[in-house]
Amino acid sequence: MSVGNATKNKNKKIDLSSGLLSVAASLICILIGLLVGFIILCCINGEYAADGFSRIIKGGFYLMPKGVGTVLSQTAPLIMTGLSVAFAFKTGLFNIGAAGQYTLGALGALYFALVLQMPWYVCLIAAMIFGAVWGAIPGIFKAYFNVNEVITAIMFNWIGLYAVNEIIYKGVIGNMYDLKTTKTYTLRAAAPQAVIPDMGLNAIFNTKSTTIAIFIAIVIAVLVYIVINKTTFGYELKACGHNKDAARYAGINEKKNIVLSMTIAGALSGIGAGLYYLSGVAEWNPQVSTALPAMGFNGIPVALLALSNPIGVIFAALFVSHITVGGGYLPTKYFQPEIADVIISVIIYLCAFVSLFKGVVLETITKRRKKKTQGTPDGKGADE
Amino acid sequence: MANSEYIIEMLNITKEFPGIKANDNVTLQLRKGEIHALLGENGAGKSTLMSILFGLYQPTSGIIKKNGQEVKINNPNDANALNIGMVHQHFKLVECFTVLDNIILGIEPTKGLFLSKKGAREKVVALSDKYGLKVNPDALISDITVGMQQRTEILKMLYRDNEILIFDEPTAVLTPQEIEELIRIMKNLAKEGKSILFITHKLNEIMEVADRCTILRKGKYIGTVDIRDTTKEALSKMMVGRNVNFKVDKKPAKPTETVLQIEHMTVPSKLHKNNAVRDVSFQVRRGEIVCIAGIDGNGQTEFVHALTGLEKMTSGKILFNGQDISKASIRERSKSGMSHIPEDRHKHGLVLDYTLEQNMVLQRYWQPEFQQAGFIKQGAVREYAQGLIAQYDVRSGQGPITIARSMSGGNQQKAIIAREIDKNPDLLVAVQPTRGLDVGAIEYIHSQLVAQRDKGKAVLLVSLELDEVMNVSDRILVMYEGEIVGELDPKTVSVEELGLYMAGAKRDNRSAEGK
Repeated sequence: MSVGNATKNKNKKIDLSSGLLSVAASLICILIGLLVGFIILCCINGEYAADGFSRIIKGGFYLMPKGVGTVLSQTAPLIMTGLSVAFAFKTGLFNIGAAGQYTLGALGALYFALVLQMPWYVCLIAAMIFGAVWGAIPGIFKAYFNVNEVITAIMFNWIGLYAVNEIIYKGVIGNMYDLKTTKTYTLRAAAPQAVIPDMGLNAIFNTKSTTIAIFIAIVIAVLVYIVINKTTFGYELKACGHNKDAARYAGINEKKNIVLSMTIAGALSGIGAGLYYLSGVAEWNPQVSTALPAMGFNGIPVALLALSNPIGVIFAALFVSHITVGGGYLPTKYFQPEIADVIISVIIYLCAFVSLFKGVVLETITKRRKKKTQGTPDGKGADE
Repeated sequence: MANSEYIIEMLNITKEFPGIKANDNVTLQLRKGEIHALLGENGAGKSTLMSILFGLYQPTSGIIKKNGQEVKINNPNDANALNIGMVHQHFKLVECFTVLDNIILGIEPTKGLFLSKKGAREKVVALSDKYGLKVNPDALISDITVGMQQRTEILKMLYRDNEILIFDEPTAVLTPQEIEELIRIMKNLAKEGKSILFITHKLNEIMEVADRCTILRKGKYIGTVDIRDTTKEALSKMMVGRNVNFKVDKKPAKPTETVLQIEHMTVPSKLHKNNAVRDVSFQVRRGEIVCIAGIDGNGQTEFVHALTGLEKMTSGKILFNGQDISKASIRERSKSGMSHIPEDRHKHGLVLDYTLEQNMVLQRYWQPEFQQAGFIKQGAVREYAQGLIAQYDVRSGQGPITIARSMSGGNQQKAIIAREIDKNPDLLVAVQPTRGLDVGAIEYIHSQLVAQRDKGKAVLLVSLELDEVMNVSDRILVMYEGEIVGELDPKTVSVEELGLYMAGAKRDNRSAEGK
């Protein structure tokens, strides 16, 4: 089968280049985004622009080692919400409800930790289940009543947020609220068994909340990658996402898949909240938390930047927290830390053009190749 | 201005896409006032060539001349400015607009801020009189027949004073009577000095209507011939590069026991309040090809969907190998030995963004052969796909990992057919399996259907193509407005009579029991 071998080799080449192409296209987006950020910094205050820009670029590394620890603890939940959005994308669903699922996940984690005094892994599972339930609801509405998941999910974001605030503030299911700090009790003091172990990471980075959460998130990302790409379940999910009618034709139960996909997306967001609050990065503040947690919404840009690839999500989340933390180091006298958000927004906006960049990159590559091979007769026509 | 013999010339056109040369040094010269056919298999590059002429693609090399002058066509607007018009295979009409509104769409005549349709209307009426295009300008598109919709498209081109008219497979959707009408119109247009490019697979029509014919094969220019000096056989040989058998070789059918029995099936319509399928009963036996003939939209689609489980029926029964499967799921029907080559290969047949190998296992990825504990056996899938690709000669750029979307229509269809036949079904439901395919592929698919029959399978063919109905089937059931209006024997019935049944002008008095 010499012909078969030949095609195999050819396939490998194309595979490799298309993967590289995606990375290259994303990198182009990032570069342009950074450039725009720099221009904005120049407009606001030209004198300090270079300094400010370098702080953003350095991100966590600006303040070694603490900054890096902060980046890692921020990245873990962001990977999870990014995975949540990416997973739903694979089934052709837009999970804008990651924020609400995250909120419910936070409730689950804090309730099991502070009220039931459970160990951290039980709390994490509780967070997962709470998030899953919140994700399943829009899925059920979509599958059985044909209600757009975006609308339901947005409504459930707000229902979730205010319900959780009320439950925590009023102590409906148990006392979690510390009147003195107007936040939930500090986990390390009130429920040390529920804090995710740090395995010495806090000592390395000189931080308080750098735990193994980041590794848990990475392991889950790999698991999600395997589920999507290697299993029959992933095959069905993607078939539904690409072509609902063909999936039905093939006997796939697309309604079940929609619900499952949203449930899993919700579970991932819930785990994200668990990783955040069980690491003790912050406490829930029911009085100030009138805005949906940004961690939930930032999952969307992370998923977009990663082109919905679970492994890509790890790096996208790392990058987003890197420059967000960098933004926090901006001298507030001259700049707002939200400059980092502007940069991220521009990058996400450019992500819409990723396929365009891909085309540009591809064209330059083929042109170059052509120049190299010119003069040598190519037998391409034969096997097409 | 140099006066050239040719109104449009496409000289030495080459168009490369990554990994493939869609057009390789193709030359097409259209004389003024001639009907010029463009013939080629699927994937031969006809569409690409026309897209270049219409400004949708830029050629990698080669030039286009109009009346001897080199022109640049960067977008469809440029093509319009050069008086090039096109009737697409799928009409570009607004359903809820009238014929007149559709014709003036984009170049609406206005007075101040208001439409003034009076002049436009006069022009449309004059044009339709001149060329014998019988269309009521005030009828809604959704109310008129496909033939009239096509005439609306033709009027659209004439209204824009187009000189060069491109017809992309215009007869695919028409009844025999409508095809005759269209041929008359095309000849009329040519007589009045319009130049026509006619893209088709159907050799009969070329022989009847065209003056000259340009043939493409695998992107390469094969030649241009005068129709007067050639034969159907010669043309098809040029197109596919070998001799083609027009008559389907088959022995008389030897039907044995019943595989499928439909009893009083009724299916509601999604488009209107009436039932799409009304009290249909018949049976299909092993070793025969039963064909449901009819004009598009007479309930065939709904019937097949109800049969395969994609839609629910309101009443009736489906017995498959003696089992009542009326309420069975799609997967259960598939498991019990029913294969379905769907009407719309893009909507149902393939997940276009999946690779060829992923599509090859679309109906069986869940079988132990291809998965273990929920994990897909990539190696087994690859091997299986490679086997099918070799056996059914499915051609693609990158073999098993080709994205289905990038394959030609004929090869996509071959992939579906390979997948469905390889399931080794008791009943093969094939809905318009040769739609949009060239003679080479059609011949192949027909021989596959007959082979299945000869292996003792039951084949239920749903077709709009008269040639196919007459050549392939052992028994014809004509469907008209959701009912079986006749059961005919292809050996004794004439095409004209079949046409009458299909148009609802004739029907048997039997209550369509088919027993």
